Amino acid sequence: MASGVSFWERIGFRSGGGVGDAGWGRTLGVAIVSLIYFLPVLFIIFTAFKPQELALSVPPTLSPTSFFGLIPDQFVFSPTLENFGSVFSRVMTAGGAPEATGFDRFFFNSIVIATVSVLLALVLGTLASYGFSRYPLKGNDTYLFIILTTRMLPAIVVVIPIILMFRAVGLAGSYTGIILLYTAFNLAFTIWMMKSFFDELSTDVEDAARIDGSSETKVFLKICLPQVVAGLAATFVFGLILTWNEFLFALLLTGPDTRTVPVAMNQAVASGGRGTDWTLLAAIETLFLIPVFLVTFFLQDHLLRGVTFGTVKK
Amino acid sequence: MSTIEIRKLTKKFGDFVAVRDADLSVAAGEVVCLLGPSGCGKTTTLRMIAGLERATAGDVVIAGQRMNDLSPEKRNIAMVFQFYALYPALTVGQNIAMPLHYEKVGKAEMETRVNKVADILHLREVLDRLPGQISEGEKQRIAVARAIVRDPNCFLFDEPLSRLDVELRHSMRGQIKGVLSNLSKATVIVTHDQLEALTMADRIAIMRDGLIEQVGSPHEVFAKPANVFVASFIGTPQMNLIEAQFKGYNNGKAKVVFDQQDVDLSVDPAVANLAPGKVTVGVRPRAFTVVSQDTQDTIEALAELIEPMGAETLIHARTNTGSDIRVVVARHNRVKTGEVLHLIPDRAQTHVFAEDGRAVRA
Repeated sequence: MASGVSFWERIGFRSGGGVGDAGWGRTLGVAIVSLIYFLPVLFIIFTAFKPQELALSVPPTLSPTSFFGLIPDQFVFSPTLENFGSVFSRVMTAGGAPEATGFDRFFFNSIVIATVSVLLALVLGTLASYGFSRYPLKGNDTYLFIILTTRMLPAIVVVIPIILMFRAVGLAGSYTGIILLYTAFNLAFTIWMMKSFFDELSTDVEDAARIDGSSETKVFLKICLPQVVAGLAATFVFGLILTWNEFLFALLLTGPDTRTVPVAMNQAVASGGRGTDWTLLAAIETLFLIPVFLVTFFLQDHLLRGVTFGTVKK
Repeated sequence: MSTIEIRKLTKKFGDFVAVRDADLSVAAGEVVCLLGPSGCGKTTTLRMIAGLERATAGDVVIAGQRMNDLSPEKRNIAMVFQFYALYPALTVGQNIAMPLHYEKVGKAEMETRVNKVADILHLREVLDRLPGQISEGEKQRIAVARAIVRDPNCFLFDEPLSRLDVELRHSMRGQIKGVLSNLSKATVIVTHDQLEALTMADRIAIMRDGLIEQVGSPHEVFAKPANVFVASFIGTPQMNLIEAQFKGYNNGKAKVVFDQQDVDLSVDPAVANLAPGKVTVGVRPRAFTVVSQDTQDTIEALAELIEPMGAETLIHARTNTGSDIRVVVARHNRVKTGEVLHLIPDRAQTHVFAEDGRAVRA
């Protein structure tokens, strides 16, 4: 499946008989609903390419081209890349020279913090869930429940004690601090996800490997892990999306050097006293979409299998 | 020598005793079937031999060495699983070669040995496919191939044929038997299918509720069941087991009363030592002779349902107080529904079981 798939097929346009089995009517219905869902994202992406003065124009400009005259001129804007430039460097004080905004750093921070914490949670969580699945403790479910309770409280409830604790041990504002915090939060989710994947595996195959001469470590690495790749991919993507977009903890626990994009975005548009710069905001958001979009895109095959895993028995 | 011996093997899961004091020894080249209804502890016994379950008490001795504390990979055994347990991400060839990796066999030799077993089990064409792309019968053969590719101490089979359809089961039974006979290893096969056990085994161990009830050759367990359970479990159609009152033994015949019929039955002389009381009389459906109504000491029953089975006819009959009796007669013996049958059981195939269920036999 992996190699022979064209770009168009990857994003859902499949050639051959299977397509359109549902008929044009239903396809149209789904297309309309999808468009409604996608509209806000699309609007933000378009706004990122608009000249600043058109951001809040009434009626709104809707399209970068007139589609050969199909769309009246008043709805058409001429696209510009200027906003993307000002994400990284722009004039901060009236009449001054453009200054670096530090957003390259913030993007780097977001990528590092999200990736490291999700991967760390994936490694720890996979090992833990394998343990919970294969070597149940007395009261296994109780422990699993307790692990999940960490995700039951809204972040705002626990944020103050966490800030105090982080200050006390000197983790506030450091990479280590925010990465550990995100890892802890992702861990609960990872353990629950991965446990269900391990539970689905046939233990016979593992027993066969033991009899064929595998040690317990080999059984885990060579037999079990390859069978849950879909689950790892799905868990990774969901964890990444959650962490990537996290705002509250990042706001309170990152310092100027470790700031992530959601926090920096907030500060970039709120400062300056000129009101919200919508096109700038849209440009940041558009750039912000790209990494998660790419990861999801490349793991898509695994992801779909992962999400539907276990619902269909062979 | 490749032998298996289990001594007083016991497995408890909490308070539940899955296997109790099981004793069994399997000689090199011998095939022993563990046979019993589901939940009788046969698979648990097998898994203890393999080392996949830890014995609560007792010993597992393989090739003369006590194996209790060794993990499965150190026991040098080969096992075929009920659901085949093929490695889904590996090709058929790689699946078969898997145990050889751990034996640290060279690449050339690995290939020769994989090809050799692939030839034996007719798997040459599918070696490059994945387990998801082949038929059920092929999967089963791969599981066997993976077991015989190495040179283990013994072979263990867990319900090896239960997932195959009837026809495949027939041919695989023969194939496995053929393969095993060339290897002279101790082999244990777990099955709930008596036909499988009767055809494949040199000896059968019949289990119930964690206990081994009888160990014997297929002929022995069929002809001389040790107790009521074995008698009822082995043989199709099932043996007739009729509760009766034993009155006394005289001149080679036992006087028994059942369903108000007073009958003298030819039985084993050991019955002479039995005190009068409740007994169970067991007679195989094929052990009856239908005789004319003036013959003495017959069991009378009314034919209620007739099932032609081809060469033979199965008759469900009922005595006047309502006990069911199954009788199998030859095809040419035309019995009609509603007819009263006069039956004489064959002495050699009439079993008397004492009140505790044990067979009374010399």
